[in-house]
Amino acid sequence: MSQKPEKLIDKKGLRLDGRKPDELRPIKIEVGALSNADGSAYIEQGKNKILAAVYGPKEVHPKHMALPDRMVLRCRYHMAPFSVQERKSPAPSRREIELSKVIREAVEPAIFMEYYPRTAIDVFVEVLQADGSTRCASITAASLALADAGIPMRDLVAACSAGKVDDTIVLDLMDTEDKVGSADVPVAFMPNLGVITLLQMDGILTPEEFEKTVNLAIEGCRKIYALQKEALRSKYISVKEVEE
Amino acid sequence: MPTFFEKRQLVTPGDLLAEGDYIAGENAYKEGGKIYAARTGLVEYEEKKVSVVALRAFYIPKVGDTVIGTVVEVGFNGWTVDINSPYMAILRATEVLSRPFKPQKNDLTEVLDVGDLVVAKIVAYDRTHDPQLSVNEPGLGKITRGQIVKITPTKIPRVIGKKGSMISLIKQETGCHIILGHNGVILITGKSLEDEELAMIAIRKIDEESHTTGLTDRISQLIKKEKEKKGGSQE
Amino acid sequence: MSMVVRVKQKQIAQLIAKGKRLDGRGLRDYREIKVEQGIIEKAEGSARVLLGKTEVMAGVKIETGEPFPDTPNEGVLTVNAELVPLASPTFEPGPPDENSIELARVVDRGIRESKAIDVEKLCISPGKKVFVIFVDIYVLNHDGNLIDASALAALAALLNTKMFTYEIEEDEVKIKPGYTSLPLRKHPIAVTLAKINDNLVVDPWLEEEQIMDARITITVDDDGNICALQKGGSGYFTPKQVFEAVQIAREKADELRKKLGW
Repeated sequence: MSQKPEKLIDKKGLRLDGRKPDELRPIKIEVGALSNADGSAYIEQGKNKILAAVYGPKEVHPKHMALPDRMVLRCRYHMAPFSVQERKSPAPSRREIELSKVIREAVEPAIFMEYYPRTAIDVFVEVLQADGSTRCASITAASLALADAGIPMRDLVAACSAGKVDDTIVLDLMDTEDKVGSADVPVAFMPNLGVITLLQMDGILTPEEFEKTVNLAIEGCRKIYALQKEALRSKYISVKEVEE
Repeated sequence: MPTFFEKRQLVTPGDLLAEGDYIAGENAYKEGGKIYAARTGLVEYEEKKVSVVALRAFYIPKVGDTVIGTVVEVGFNGWTVDINSPYMAILRATEVLSRPFKPQKNDLTEVLDVGDLVVAKIVAYDRTHDPQLSVNEPGLGKITRGQIVKITPTKIPRVIGKKGSMISLIKQETGCHIILGHNGVILITGKSLEDEELAMIAIRKIDEESHTTGLTDRISQLIKKEKEKKGGSQE
Repeated sequence: MSMVVRVKQKQIAQLIAKGKRLDGRGLRDYREIKVEQGIIEKAEGSARVLLGKTEVMAGVKIETGEPFPDTPNEGVLTVNAELVPLASPTFEPGPPDENSIELARVVDRGIRESKAIDVEKLCISPGKKVFVIFVDIYVLNHDGNLIDASALAALAALLNTKMFTYEIEEDEVKIKPGYTSLPLRKHPIAVTLAKINDNLVVDPWLEEEQIMDARITITVDDDGNICALQKGGSGYFTPKQVFEAVQIAREKADELRKKLGW
């Protein structure tokens, strides 16, 4: 069993992994890694390794679940048994069920749901390795998988967490900070419309601290958004460069 | 009225394409006086309209389109056809059989069975009903030989080329008969397997590089190269 | 089934734009709230809340068990919710679905993060035996805003809870006669707001929920701190709307606490 660290921020103001309070973990994104899915994306954020895939739009089965005037969006967030320190049972936990719901509600506003009535889109997220703020990385990957599948979208959805550890507001919480810190606020953001599509808080904050935390998370979202765009582009640009 | 990209530049969903008195065309939308991209693709600026030629999209049926599909189910009075679209298509027996038909007497599987390929035309489609097909025209009906290639439907115009230049090139150089389904499914019938393979290689390359320039020349070179290879091995 | 007809949708939205709601309430008003405690004698604590026509019952059962390995000196809290089929034509029998799981977890976080229960006082023998508090939320009639009603019912049930007293004799827990109240030191209140066409309304009833873009629930403790927050629904909020909702929630939480005498 790992011991709880005494301090999460050292005397130099650096966190356990050497980051500054407003620093993101290193991020690597790849779009279109899976050949069977209609769209897919893979993200590494710190030690997080998450794969998202999209199937659809396609006919809804069972038929009575179809909506006459819009698409149905289904989402499954699932963690691999080997993704965490203590083996996690493959059966869906209450946490995974809640996260499946909030992730779906975070990406749905970006999709033009009325375009293809009586169809369904399935989003599958598999967490291969987890190290804090997996729902945020999942949303970042899922929205790229949707774009990769050619689903018409208003904007990409970027997600990032912020929180409070040792009286400091920090960006992009890793697992230890999430478990031992005093608050964790995951945020998903659509930069074009400037709106929040996922917002939760676990912990305790004054209203002023909460405002600071949300604003810091939004800044993180903007940075991640730029990385998402780059990842989408590089899927196509690399072919172009070869020819020129 | 400001525009923010160059013609045929690569854009991604949410990219701000233009601001002001424009209309949003295909794969773009307007919100708060601004035009944004809705899909990844190449932006096209016309005088009053901004649109995006999508690099990745799926086929949405349109009345009048020619499509190539696979029969997936045989029902009482028709067949269900997979046309590579989110929507399954229906081909009614009355649209196929020239004589009146009685469900008990006629076995539909003798006409078309599960797994058969058909070339058909979309005769009806709206938001509340699945698309309806017909084969009541010359050139439509069951496919008995040839190879199938599937590409992104939005790239069919690229396979046709300016004034048909690309598709003519391929037909000429390979001697194949090619039917292009608007749903991204292409039927290639040639005199030999090698000829058909050649056409398939060319079409797949167009699918991968549709967003680049000088493609017609490269395809021409590719076909020549492949032919030389085949020619060389025969000696 | 229970869809809001388009004409009524427009009516509700238009009224809200003018600052009024279909049942005559203002945008910031709660429906009438009734709280009854101690109705289920076989439970250690219980309560029934009526929020308008929404009816939720909560029961508290106490058992003893092992603590979690990383908190050997703390009691355990478990919150569960059931949207029983008789409460609404939209509830189906079966295992808890995403809505009942989300409901339970939001109510749980409000109680847990506010440190409302002094869990160290629930420790019987460190590392070996602690009190396990089961809070079961039972939704009996769904007329909107199940979260706020459930959070009130859970808290009212906890306030009503009696625990047995004990002494440790030769490593065994011996029950003594008499009871003690649950060590409750905070009263977290959940306030849910719905967004309808850019207007924020407090305590949405069923039809408002069916037409809203999104909802946000903010749980506030006695000191005005936020101890849980959950955005729900497939719409969105601007940051400004979020901060405005937080302010409104703090005011309403205070009002409710005073009204209920907590």
